[in-house]
Amino acid sequence: MDDTAAIAGLRARDERVFAELMRMYNASLLRVAQIYVATRAVAEDVVQETWIGVLNGIDRFEGRSSLKTWIFRILTNIAKTRGQRERRTVPLSSLERPDGVPEPAVDPDRFLPLDHERAPGHWAAKPEPWPEERLLAQETLGVVEAAIETLPPAQRAVISLRDLEGWSAEETRNALEITETNQRVLLHRARSKVRQALEDYFTEGG
Amino acid sequence: MITGAEQLSCQELVELVTSYLEGALPAADRERFDAHIATCDGCDRYLDQMRATIRLTGALRPADLAPNEERKLLAAFADWKAH
Repeated sequence: MDDTAAIAGLRARDERVFAELMRMYNASLLRVAQIYVATRAVAEDVVQETWIGVLNGIDRFEGRSSLKTWIFRILTNIAKTRGQRERRTVPLSSLERPDGVPEPAVDPDRFLPLDHERAPGHWAAKPEPWPEERLLAQETLGVVEAAIETLPPAQRAVISLRDLEGWSAEETRNALEITETNQRVLLHRARSKVRQALEDYFTEGG
Repeated sequence: MITGAEQLSCQELVELVTSYLEGALPAADRERFDAHIATCDGCDRYLDQMRATIRLTGALRPADLAPNEERKLLAAFADWKAH
């Protein structure tokens, strides 16, 4: 469904169009809302308020941005207001300043020390191959899902939008109102941790 | 980002993988990255595993809202339509 059809459908009060948009965006909206508010229940409220905002605003929507960007902007505004009311400021600062706390992609102990004579910073314990036949097993997907669920909310939102929903870097950056660099740092940390979770799983299960 | 003309270490390379995959590395850094993985099994495998991680994440299905949430939203829609 393209934007023109979706906007026309909403303006015509077509419930099927509304239901389809919900199915397309609810999961992403929920993940982004969770950056700003403490609980899933509040995030679900925020998503609900967002849709009401979308319905109330659709007749005045001028199409200067894509429908998706507009919907996520409404969500972000509502979620930020709710988050401030809850005095939840830590995740916000982690969105704005992802460099605040260094998080190496790989445990430094996996590398030779930097004063090593021959190969400083080279793998001391390099990654072992993963079993191809287990890669697409349902259990493996469960490991990926569980790893994503344990990420800090900003990292979880970015990896969900980019790698799960297949959004572009630019769409993701616009929806979250973050810089290109921050988007990339958050994505890098998220992917690195999910890779590590897979490695742990394949090594233990080995 | 990377200082000096010396080769990348493995520990530096793993921090550049996302920038590399995003096409965001400056040309000189990209060349060093390519040169490194051409001769380093560990990093070549690491890059493959990051690609596999991205593919696996893409194979997940987006979680939906709880069904009662969806019902609430459709009720809100009906309400909106009636006004």
